[in-house]
Amino acid sequence: MGTGSVGTVRTEYYSFAEPPGELVLESGERLGPVTIAYETYGSLDAARGNAVLILHALSGDAHAAGLHADGGARPGWWDNMIGPGKAFDTDRYFVICSNVLGGCMGSTGPSSVNPATGGPYALDFPFITIADMVRAQKALIDHLGIRELLAVAGGSMGGMQVLEWATAYPEMVRAAIPIATTSHLSAQGIAFNEVGRRAIMSDPAWKGGNYYGGEPPRNGLALARMIGHITYLSDEAMHRKFGRRLHDRKELSYEFLTDFQVESYLHHQGDAFTQRFDANAYLYITKAIDYFDLSEKGGGSLVRACAGVRASFLIISFSSDWLYPPYQNKEIADALRVGGAEVSFVVLDSSYGHDAFLLEAEQQTRLISHFLRHVHEDHAPGGAHR
Amino acid sequence: MSPELETLRLRPDLMKIFEIIAPGSRVFDLGAGSGDLLKALERHKGALVRGVEISAEGIMECIAKGIPVYQSNLDEGLEDYADQSFDYVILSQTLQQVHKPKFILQEIVRVGRIGVVSIPNFGHWWIRLQLLLKGTMPKTTYIPYDWYDTPNIHLLSIHDFRRLCAEIGIRVRNEWTVSFKEGPLTSLMPIWPNMLAPLGIFEIGRQAEAGAPED
Repeated sequence: MGTGSVGTVRTEYYSFAEPPGELVLESGERLGPVTIAYETYGSLDAARGNAVLILHALSGDAHAAGLHADGGARPGWWDNMIGPGKAFDTDRYFVICSNVLGGCMGSTGPSSVNPATGGPYALDFPFITIADMVRAQKALIDHLGIRELLAVAGGSMGGMQVLEWATAYPEMVRAAIPIATTSHLSAQGIAFNEVGRRAIMSDPAWKGGNYYGGEPPRNGLALARMIGHITYLSDEAMHRKFGRRLHDRKELSYEFLTDFQVESYLHHQGDAFTQRFDANAYLYITKAIDYFDLSEKGGGSLVRACAGVRASFLIISFSSDWLYPPYQNKEIADALRVGGAEVSFVVLDSSYGHDAFLLEAEQQTRLISHFLRHVHEDHAPGGAHR
Repeated sequence: MSPELETLRLRPDLMKIFEIIAPGSRVFDLGAGSGDLLKALERHKGALVRGVEISAEGIMECIAKGIPVYQSNLDEGLEDYADQSFDYVILSQTLQQVHKPKFILQEIVRVGRIGVVSIPNFGHWWIRLQLLLKGTMPKTTYIPYDWYDTPNIHLLSIHDFRRLCAEIGIRVRNEWTVSFKEGPLTSLMPIWPNMLAPLGIFEIGRQAEAGAPED
């Protein structure tokens, strides 16, 4: 496995859907203009046949690999998977990642300026869905002059977008890699999202969403993130990482202080998140996750929803992921297979819980690098077709 | 010779199965292992191949070879696989390891037009002799495990296999005997398979319906 980095990268922006040609959303509302922040790594080949679109999860952004020049020391969120010689090998593939519509990392979202008012949209921002995110990505891919994607890949909410891509634009997707995802979020998943949203909305600083220009609802957003983080880990992972170890003290304080390391970790994660994420975007994106139900495309039948796909699938799940458990990934695999698609389905053994898709680089690299190489070679002009 | 055929040469049972499969078939391997058989069938016989495998290592190797593979436990059956959706369904030296051998055989002939099943033969003379003379659980090249550490929970003989098929209305269309090593008895295996053959390979199918053509 190579360990190269894509080096210094730059976020770019594509704006479209200028009124009156607004983007028509699934809800029927119109949104425009729309800006999508994106990054690319590697180079597009002459046949434009080596493009791989990476789709991020709830809190991700366009910065998937490499480092930013402007002092930002944080490597991309999937830097262990994208780069020269890595799973998404930038020596072979042209890798694209964009921030989702409704996000807060450069793409149009609730914190963007509403042209009608000149101020931030806040809750005037229309509801967006996973399908809307994908429609915006489609506009970007068209803009980049790519007619067919070698692969679309992503975990969690990114996996939902993978499924949406493969079913909405079957002729554009050769291979699809949904990871640790589901065709519809479980009641348990919706429940956690709702608790997170309530935490934000009950923070007095939220002010009905109109906190821009003032103090944002940090406490609420931090709490939402803390709850989220618990769902991304597993019992075993938490036990190993923290156990009952105390934080900066030798004995229990008998006060409402941070006694345990796990508490300190959650506080840190919550606080750090408020530095980079917009609370309203968190509300909108979690709603999009809750609303996603692939079977709706098939009138309630997942098999019918998957019937038109043309992509080869590699579906990866993780044994200890209880938020998007293996059985939900298998449901997708089964529906695709019954619908006639070429599907590989894997349950990787991991104790990391849902976070495994970000952490288990080695096993995923073995699977994905080979899978992509076969798809690439099978379809390359003049390449061996079987 | 391709690497996967090289590997098959070390496994005469898999090589025999490779020879049996008609070119251009749809082939489903239950227990695809490292995917060598399916890769050989894809490359040399133009087969459309699919595999099921339980081990992570096997899955990794299949994907590395570009074989579509499904991580799943055979004891769950083939649930939503459509009737007669494959020309061949292969079960190679695995029948003795599943919890419900009868059920899996029925599933094989439901999903496949032809089932190809290989088994290590517990009726082989060397096994009988070990039990008779030493009085211990037999160990052979084909059944190499200690009794306390074995995946084999339903060991059977060639006779047992034929009898079960007859009992559940499965037709044995063809059978072959295989040995990994050439010995003085190898040429006699077809005469008395249950005594002399260490491995049996069977082609099975649904009982032909009255008046229906053989194939």
